Amino acid sequence: MKFLKLLALTSVFGFSAAAANAATLDDVKAKGFVQCGVSQGLIGFSNPDDKNNWTGLDVDFCKAVAAAVLGDATKVKYSPLSAKERFTALQSGAIDVLSRNSTWTMSRDTSLGLSFVGVTYYDGQGFMVPTKLGIKSAKELNGASVCTQTGTTTELNLADYFKANKMEYKIVAFEKNEEVLKAYQEGRCDVFTTDQSGLYAEVLKFANPADHMVLPEIISKEPLGPVVRQGDAQWFNIVKWTYYATLNAEELGVTSANVDDMKKSANPEIQRLLSVAVKNPDGTDADNDFGKGLGLGPDWAYNIVKQVGNYSEIFDRNLAQLKIARGKNALWSAGGLQYAPPIR
Amino acid sequence: MSLSYVRTIDAPKLPAPTTTAGTWAKLRERFAPTPLSGLGTLVIAVFLAWAIWSIFQWAIIDAVWTAPDREPCNAPGAGACWPFVQAKALQWVYGFYPIELRWRPNIVFLLGGLSLAGLLIPKIPFKGWNALFFFLAFPIIAYVLLTGGRFGLEEVGTEQWGGLLVTLIVAITGIVASLPLGILLALGRRSKMPVVRTLCTGFIEIVRGVPLITVLFMASVMFPLFMPPGINPDKLLKALVGVGLFSAAYMAEVVRGGLQAIPKGQYEASMAVGLSYWRMMLLVVMPQALKVVIPGIVNSFISLFKDTSLVSIIGIFDLFNIVQSGFNDAKWASAQTGNTGYFALALIYWVFCFSMSRYSQFIERRLNTSYTR
Amino acid sequence: MTVNTPHSKSVPPPAPAGGVSWFYDPKIRGYASQIIVVALLLWGLYVIIGNTQANLTKLNQNFGFGFLTQAAGFDLSTSLIEYSSTSTYGRAIFAGLLNTILVAVLGIIFATIIGFLVGVMRLSKNRVVAGAATLYIELIRNVPLLLQIFMWYALVLKPLPGVKDAHSLFGIVFLSKKGIVMPHPNFGPGAWAGLLFLVAALVGTWLFRRRARKLQDETGKITPVWLISIPIIILSPFIGLALAGWPLAFDYPELKGFNFSGGMTMVPEMAALLIALIVYSATFIAETVRSGIQAVSHGQSEASSALGLSRGRALRLVIIPQAMRVIIPPLASQYLNLTKNSSLAIAVGFPDLMYAGGTVNNQSGKAIEVVFILMVVYLSLSLFTAAFMNWFNSRMKMVER
Repeated sequence: MKFLKLLALTSVFGFSAAAANAATLDDVKAKGFVQCGVSQGLIGFSNPDDKNNWTGLDVDFCKAVAAAVLGDATKVKYSPLSAKERFTALQSGAIDVLSRNSTWTMSRDTSLGLSFVGVTYYDGQGFMVPTKLGIKSAKELNGASVCTQTGTTTELNLADYFKANKMEYKIVAFEKNEEVLKAYQEGRCDVFTTDQSGLYAEVLKFANPADHMVLPEIISKEPLGPVVRQGDAQWFNIVKWTYYATLNAEELGVTSANVDDMKKSANPEIQRLLSVAVKNPDGTDADNDFGKGLGLGPDWAYNIVKQVGNYSEIFDRNLAQLKIARGKNALWSAGGLQYAPPIR
Repeated sequence: MSLSYVRTIDAPKLPAPTTTAGTWAKLRERFAPTPLSGLGTLVIAVFLAWAIWSIFQWAIIDAVWTAPDREPCNAPGAGACWPFVQAKALQWVYGFYPIELRWRPNIVFLLGGLSLAGLLIPKIPFKGWNALFFFLAFPIIAYVLLTGGRFGLEEVGTEQWGGLLVTLIVAITGIVASLPLGILLALGRRSKMPVVRTLCTGFIEIVRGVPLITVLFMASVMFPLFMPPGINPDKLLKALVGVGLFSAAYMAEVVRGGLQAIPKGQYEASMAVGLSYWRMMLLVVMPQALKVVIPGIVNSFISLFKDTSLVSIIGIFDLFNIVQSGFNDAKWASAQTGNTGYFALALIYWVFCFSMSRYSQFIERRLNTSYTR
Repeated sequence: MTVNTPHSKSVPPPAPAGGVSWFYDPKIRGYASQIIVVALLLWGLYVIIGNTQANLTKLNQNFGFGFLTQAAGFDLSTSLIEYSSTSTYGRAIFAGLLNTILVAVLGIIFATIIGFLVGVMRLSKNRVVAGAATLYIELIRNVPLLLQIFMWYALVLKPLPGVKDAHSLFGIVFLSKKGIVMPHPNFGPGAWAGLLFLVAALVGTWLFRRRARKLQDETGKITPVWLISIPIIILSPFIGLALAGWPLAFDYPELKGFNFSGGMTMVPEMAALLIALIVYSATFIAETVRSGIQAVSHGQSEASSALGLSRGRALRLVIIPQAMRVIIPPLASQYLNLTKNSSLAIAVGFPDLMYAGGTVNNQSGKAIEVVFILMVVYLSLSLFTAAFMNWFNSRMKMVER
């Protein structure tokens, strides 16, 4: 009987989200904005200010998708999602793209009906300690109290790491991130563990960031990237090539400042990226409009770079303030892992 | 004739014994009837003075009143960080509701406030129409205005709602939904039909036997599994269902108390004049029973209002959660931000709950006078 | 339509042939509506079970409690039983349950003491004492418990020193941000002698008290039972242990690196939760006690002071025993509330039943099973508390002569 009431409630109030839609691109064009799932507040990735303006790497990626699809990076609406609800929100069609520092794992990629698009940020679980402890390596943490969030893979990685290194530890796990931070700062525990990017972001909220240091060890692989629904190849390609466009732009030295000048560049790779109309040596029009293949206009990549910037601009804008080095996230040509297939 | 031994003039009045009269004695009676009690007075007075002074010093004297960011609040010895509250105040009220659309929640606040005031203040007439508006029309108007998506209103997803808005939505939905459900459950529990009685009693006792957080947890993880595949109910809806079912069980017990207070003669008289069961309940029993339990309803509303803070545990941005998540803002995070936020939060909840409990006492006195003829 | 006047001959209307039409027979209507309710319920269950099955297949899961024997993989900060990340999910939930019971029992004991004290204080003739009690009650019970738990956690943690500068008591009990560390008693063989002596002392006290009562009834002489028996009760286990050759060793805490090793620890999360629960529940108990005392008629307290009883004795011997009849039923529901409220431990990360259940659900994805277990356990806890209070109530009932 209760069920009937619930059902009636659901249908009367129409709260339930729309069912998954196959043609996301048409859907987005029709409603005129991209609904983007982000985290509920992680500095550098997605964080709202007092005026509800969102900033961060994940947020800029949403903007880049909007710029590519709608030609306007401001046409984004954000859904702040918790770790538990993020995938269901995408499955049910409540959001068009999930850009919420989600770790790419095999089970998530294969059994949730979702597709990971790429790795916008290579991360891993790390440790932070107060500098005054004088610890240089995670191997010296035997017997320490460790603060972390409950119900995460972090908690499991932690247990595995200490077991593998034959060390003891005491866990202090909280439901909410705020509580973890507070407890660590109050000295309830000696170590704070989460994704390394998170450590760099959280330290900014401390009264004295200089009193804390991140240990060099990384105890897990956490490739973070945007996710879309499985089965919509066109949308998958759009999101994937939005990411690659920012990488290619960086590689070619195209920035938001010089993108207009770069349109006059003689470099054929830049011409292809920006869909500059040029003549082949034999006088025919070269087919430089790669937006067509995505179902987008020729300005797709131009809009991304002009309105949002290339990968390094996005990275510096959001993560440089956290003093995060490019590290593994440098371009492949600079010794990192970020590598985009060519546009041709 | 006079009797010489009979006094003809009144004897002069003696003053009352000094131990029971006079300012000093009165003071002693009030503050130190026994030495031990006097010591208690002293200890408590010193403690209270110290506590009030510490809070005053922290909240007023040492407090930071204006600041562009966290730096002044982070200085050693700084007290409450009021600029943080100032900067976040609007977000505490509306959550992430789009700034240019805030007139919509404002209208809802206004309508709800007016209608509630009309219901609560005894002198204002048209109680029946007002109740009808508040319990039927108002929820629909509020729903349409807040979510939008029709009549040319821009759609605003529930994930953008937050703050006091959500706290009030949860509390008021809880009470509006629980009243009819609770009445039905209470009637069911007193029903003569064994199946109905067992079901209602079972439901009430099970829900009352487990913590609200378990009910919310169940609503948030199990409710989606009960739905046809592919439908994922809105997060706020899940919380509302949990809160509604929970408060319905408690409301049922409050209403049952009222039903038991109605003399049997009322039932028998209504049956004698040939009223059917539902008419008897609707026309005779319920109006009397509900009047008796108004203080009980207000009291359960107070606990419901406090309990709304629990929805923050399942990730809803109610007032509690939004204040807490503000501590996370790098612009404002300082040693005093958390304390200031908790202090402000406690003050807000206290003002709401205390005024409600005063109202409940006021109405209790009013009802008492009308019953003791 | 005819009008029945008092003068018209009142002839009872003839009963319809074969009684009331079956459609209007209240009995049949009753059965019919119950059958409809049952049918709707079954149909609802059928739909829900069908949906759930479809959803579970989609998630590659099936219903079953087999996961309880799998390794949990996560740790708990404090546990009354041996527990590590290699223990099973079932053990994690059991450890959580024990923590819940621990907090509930300690909370109930202290909240009752403070609640009675404040309730009596509120009725004191001393204005300051009564005012302070009123202030305390009105301040505390109008603020959500969840908020109070967070506030207490901040208050408890802030003034404590780091583990290196821990406050120490005789060098065996240490107080720091990591909690209170106490020596842990280890009982060797023969330790049962201590227990035996304790039981013997308790039984002895009981007999002694009965005798003293009888003596008082007969001669009016009051024997200071408690003054004599409490030291005996406290000393008896030690005497037993001494006779058995002291089979008791203490595991003393010792600072090693980051933490104390050895001993037993009460974590600050538990302290904050307990304080918040006690302070909050005590206000409700105080109000219950106050209304209970006020329900005892004025004549009783006047009569006792006429008999020359001091106010304390009047309260203890005359008023409270009568007030108990009114107090116990609401007190029972306050105890239930406290037990249920202990589930807010999840907010400060104290691993109680709810915390363990939530984490197990997150790591294993067994939502239905976990919710089922949580419901059943909390219900049993509630039923147990209710049954105990019912028993207590029937004992405290006034014996009418």
